Amino acid sequence: MREKTVEIGLYGIGVIFLIIILYPLYFIVIASVSEPSAVLAGEVWFYPRCITLDGYRELLKNEKIWTGYRNTVFYTIVGTTVSMLVTVPAAYALSRRDFKGRKPFMMFFLITMFFNGGLIPTYMTVTKTLHMGDTFWVMLLPFCVNVFNLIIMRTFFESSIPQELWEAAQLDGCSSIYYLGRVVLPLSKAVLSVIMLYYVVAKWNEYFTALIYIRNNRLIPLQIVLRDILIQNESMASNMMGAEAIEAAKKANLIKYSSIIVGTLPMMILYPFLQKYFEKGVMIGAVKG
Amino acid sequence: MAVRKNKVSWKRDFQRNYQLYLLLLPAVLSMILFNYLPMYGIQIAFKDFKPIKGIWGSEWAGLKWFRRFWESYQCLDVISNTLILSIALLVCTFPIPILFALLVNQYKNGIFRKTLQTVSYAPHFISTVVMVGMILMFLSPSSGLYGSLAKVAGFEPRNVMGDSALFRPIYILSEIWQQTGWDSIIYIAALSAVDVDLYDAARVDGAGRLKRILHIDIPALRDTAVVILILRIGNIMSLGFEKTYLLQNNLNLGTSEIIATYVYKIGLTGTPQYSYSAAIGLLNSLVNLILLIAFNKISKRISGSGLW
Repeated sequence: MREKTVEIGLYGIGVIFLIIILYPLYFIVIASVSEPSAVLAGEVWFYPRCITLDGYRELLKNEKIWTGYRNTVFYTIVGTTVSMLVTVPAAYALSRRDFKGRKPFMMFFLITMFFNGGLIPTYMTVTKTLHMGDTFWVMLLPFCVNVFNLIIMRTFFESSIPQELWEAAQLDGCSSIYYLGRVVLPLSKAVLSVIMLYYVVAKWNEYFTALIYIRNNRLIPLQIVLRDILIQNESMASNMMGAEAIEAAKKANLIKYSSIIVGTLPMMILYPFLQKYFEKGVMIGAVKG
Repeated sequence: MAVRKNKVSWKRDFQRNYQLYLLLLPAVLSMILFNYLPMYGIQIAFKDFKPIKGIWGSEWAGLKWFRRFWESYQCLDVISNTLILSIALLVCTFPIPILFALLVNQYKNGIFRKTLQTVSYAPHFISTVVMVGMILMFLSPSSGLYGSLAKVAGFEPRNVMGDSALFRPIYILSEIWQQTGWDSIIYIAALSAVDVDLYDAARVDGAGRLKRILHIDIPALRDTAVVILILRIGNIMSLGFEKTYLLQNNLNLGTSEIIATYVYKIGLTGTPQYSYSAAIGLLNSLVNLILLIAFNKISKRISGSGLW
């Protein structure tokens, strides 16, 4: 009997957690399709009021959001491809026990996790030495290797693919690159998906790099556009007065809610598909290098 | 095997494994260009850097910039703001994912468990910009949830974001909302590795739910928790720039100006003071490094496990 009460209590706590996590997200969804004055008056709590799609319509008229979206899609696809193409081969090389460079190269990568040049020296290198400031290259190439991801992948290759397989393949005259492509990768779908997701999310949400290096309005990613709308209140002109200002404020709020949906939806749709790999990915990462 | 491996000369290894060197090349190049090359630039922290003279041509200035930071009135504020925020953040956000994992592990109903997990990951995928945008909208006194709540409850809404005393709670609470689910994955995975027989045996011996958590679950999480804790402590000085910077406004600067935002402002906005900014950045990295090494040592002594 007592056990039963505890059980119900635990599920009750779980439901409260569910509500705490979901309600803010749900509220944004309903507020994005509700009449803004109803939201402002505090009448929207559980379901949308006077459904309107004006926010989305207004948002899609905004040329900057299209530019930002297009750029971010490009940065995400190309950037993730570059990162994977660089990370996967390196992770494989580092996983080979018969490779003499294994330890020193691992150190070479690990050091950068704990010590770096810092903001200004990095900025000067990227802009002055490499001349990448304000180009799309800066969104793709610098820091394309995430050492955390590299370690996760290396550990996976090391622990999940039997060493004997390589020894046998080697006897058959198989080269390292051929072995990587034909044997290792097909066996590593789980870790490849997780790491790819990590890269995709990081690129999609990238804000810092653009803030520091991108000035050209045609190169800005979605996150910068969202910042202008959400945080710098760009759709509000400061010289508006009275009724006009109130109208503009209502519209601005509506646009904000819809821009959150438009900017976040792709990631929200994507992650549940790969969720079954999360535990594996995170767990491998925890096995120390 | 290990002995034989060490006997192979580098030349032999290169001949035999040249493909592996080839596979490493892109990653190594990228690290050299974007991570190691900037380290060469650290020297400007000890120089009077003038853009026309370049890094090498600028004159040495000794510890001038470090001294200037030490004597500046922001120095103590910025350092203490960084430390207070990150320590408070660590204390609040370290235990919660563990508790959440213990809770999730209690559910026998697979569908409920899965749903709760899936939902709890969602906030993690929201970008910092959107997260801060949500905070600003929800807390706006004139619109948003807080304003509406004030209307319903009949109190006068305040400008919450302009109160520097509330900056830290807002930062930390939103962080808990956003990361708890994601951070708990690793603990949930560790718990799912526990042998089911152990629970059954404990039940037969009359151990209640609390006893089972205390004597089976918590010991199972200990090693993982230690590693995460060291990692977090090692990064205590590299508090997220993005969120702090986006949450900042002139009214809450008293608590929200941290080293990272300060370094950015003096180094890259207004009239850039490259050398001064680089000096503070270097100081920050060094403290971070020392903390990491120290805590790794301590943890090795206490629990036998560390990062290396």
